[in-house]
Amino acid sequence: MAETIFFNALREATDEEMARDPRVLVMGEDVGHYGGSYKVTKDLYKKYGDLRLLDTPIAENSFTGMAVGAAMTGLRPIVEGMNMGFLLLAFNQISNNAGMLRYTSGGNFTIPMVIRGPGGVGRQLGAEHSQRLEAYFQAVPGLKIVACSTPYNAKGLLKSAIRDNNPVLFFEHVLLYNLKEDLPDEEYLLPLDKAEMVRSGEDITILTYSRMRHHVMQAVKTLEKEGIDPEVIDLISLKPLDMATIAASVRKTHRVLIVEECMKTGGIAAELTAQIIEQCFDDLDAPPVRLSSQDIPTPYNGILENLTIVQPAQIVEATKKLLDNRI
Amino acid sequence: MVQERVLPATPTTRATVTREEGLMLYEDMVLGRLFEDKCAEMYYRGKMFGFVHLYNGQEAVSTGVIRALRRDANDYVASTYRDHVHALSAGVPAREVMSELFGKVTGCSKGRGGSMHLFSEPHRLLGGYAFVSEGIPVATGVAFQSKYRREAMNDPSSDGVTVCFFGDGAANNGQFFECLNMAALWKLPVIYVIENNKWAIGMAHERATSVPEIYKKGPAFGMPGVEVDGMDVLAVRGVAQEAIARARAGEGPTVIEALTYRFRGHSLADPDELRAKEEKEVWSKRDPITRLADHLLGEGLVKAEELKEIDRRIQEHVNDAVKFALDSPEPDPKDLYKYIFAED
Ligand SMILES: Cc1ncc(C[n+]2csc(CCOP(=O)(O)OP(=O)(O)O)c2C)c(N)n1
Ligand SMILES: [Mg+2]
Repeated sequence: MAETIFFNALREATDEEMARDPRVLVMGEDVGHYGGSYKVTKDLYKKYGDLRLLDTPIAENSFTGMAVGAAMTGLRPIVEGMNMGFLLLAFNQISNNAGMLRYTSGGNFTIPMVIRGPGGVGRQLGAEHSQRLEAYFQAVPGLKIVACSTPYNAKGLLKSAIRDNNPVLFFEHVLLYNLKEDLPDEEYLLPLDKAEMVRSGEDITILTYSRMRHHVMQAVKTLEKEGIDPEVIDLISLKPLDMATIAASVRKTHRVLIVEECMKTGGIAAELTAQIIEQCFDDLDAPPVRLSSQDIPTPYNGILENLTIVQPAQIVEATKKLLDNRI
Repeated sequence: MVQERVLPATPTTRATVTREEGLMLYEDMVLGRLFEDKCAEMYYRGKMFGFVHLYNGQEAVSTGVIRALRRDANDYVASTYRDHVHALSAGVPAREVMSELFGKVTGCSKGRGGSMHLFSEPHRLLGGYAFVSEGIPVATGVAFQSKYRREAMNDPSSDGVTVCFFGDGAANNGQFFECLNMAALWKLPVIYVIENNKWAIGMAHERATSVPEIYKKGPAFGMPGVEVDGMDVLAVRGVAQEAIARARAGEGPTVIEALTYRFRGHSLADPDELRAKEEKEVWSKRDPITRLADHLLGEGLVKAEELKEIDRRIQEHVNDAVKFALDSPEPDPKDLYKYIFAED
């Protein structure tokens, strides 16, 4: 066991996979000599050279399209979005070509690529640098969407994403890069399509992902003191949703609270709610409740920003309210 | 509006061909022409649907460039929505292309792609890309892959060249300039072939572009730019051979601007009322197939009856493709979800 900081967990995953498979490369802005905007690829160019840590010009749509071409012809590129929001400029290449090309080509080509980087709302970064693209991309067929939340799952999931033969959108969070955790010394991989049981409980199912997992766990401390026993599930896979794990939990608790950082309209929770209602309606004792960010561009002002995203106190309150009308 | 610029400012070196090569080029162009004529017929008879963009008039570009590539090795071709003839030149069987247009499971994209999305991994056809310019980054990435294998994976046999076709309209899109920059920066083995047919649907090239000479954009990024008569297959072959040799030798990318014209409307849904009659007449007199036939006859390489015989044989070949497509099964509805992920 070694205590590892989040960005180094991602770096180790990248390093191990690059050492294992010469077809794996990283491309993006400042991934080489600068080491990545959050140090995920620091000094890897010294070990693997400039072609495998390809510093690209600031041309998101084109270098993402290049990664698609390289993946179609047998390489396994990892595209780093310096900030995931910048990949709005690559929306076309990600949806038309990474996502749909395998299907459109009738199976002629596969696209084994990872698109990863920092997403989410940081600290007063302003609206453009506080995007939650997972919600925008969830409708694209052919993409897998994963969000990591701890150094442990970040490492195991990134390694699996790199080995997966499909395009994987891999979301990290700007405010989690400095989390620390003891990681196993031996190699491990984690499945991309399985939710993570964070805390097993009986009273209510709280579904969350990425940084909001940590807000939820803060709230859980308060709830525990009040004798409430929530089950907390980190979705990990935002597409496809691990409905087997989720449905099993709903069967046990009969109540669902979803806590997310993306906006309410068309968010991950919106889709999740629809699926829970479709698949678990008879198990529900109350309508599922969503706690999402406000439907506004994230304001710069710190007070307004805190009002925009979900805070632990709101999670406590919403949980208690859901449990209040228990029969 | 009649657009000028029919011939390049400076003539390029034309390829010299043997009788065999001449016949190969002729056959390839005739196949392209007769295949597209048949598509028009089938479209109007309600056998194919959607947007169908034909290539009539531009055959010298497809044949001149693609038939200068190595067919059986690691060279690649990327196309647009106007992709039937590029696919044929790349060696995709006419049966598979026609079947794809009919949406049949025997099509090169299993009926999932259609006219604008022809793909064939075995023929290294990287696809028809239906969004203007989006194939340019993909092709550039494939060229990067060839270099990567050679230099980062120590595979000296990775000497493939990627050719990327697109139109004058596409050359106004940022992806073109972004990729010119990266291709030159990393000396990628890629050739950007712009088929300047003067029109982007109804947008005349001069009305869309501040510097209409697209080939001049090559040197602006540090690579050669060549202007070529796109109605002369030997001229196209000449510049293509040079660019391919450069790319294969690791000397980097080239921009080729082929001056050409489409003899039909933008797609089969386009009434083609905007282009001037005089303009169409100027260009139809420059038919690339007649041009090559005249050359081969003039040089005494072939006899007129031989060409007639080829025309007849190719027509049969195209008819056979139609029959094959008609007789082919539709995709199985239970395979609706097949091909979304690598595992299925
Ligand atoms: C991104 C995008 N925008 C618009 C279109 C609609 N469109 C299809 S073809 C075309 C004109 C392209 O002209 P050009 O690049 O010259 O190629 P040509 O059709 O002449 O071969 C347009 C605007 C499209 N397919 N994709
Ligand atoms: Mg055009």
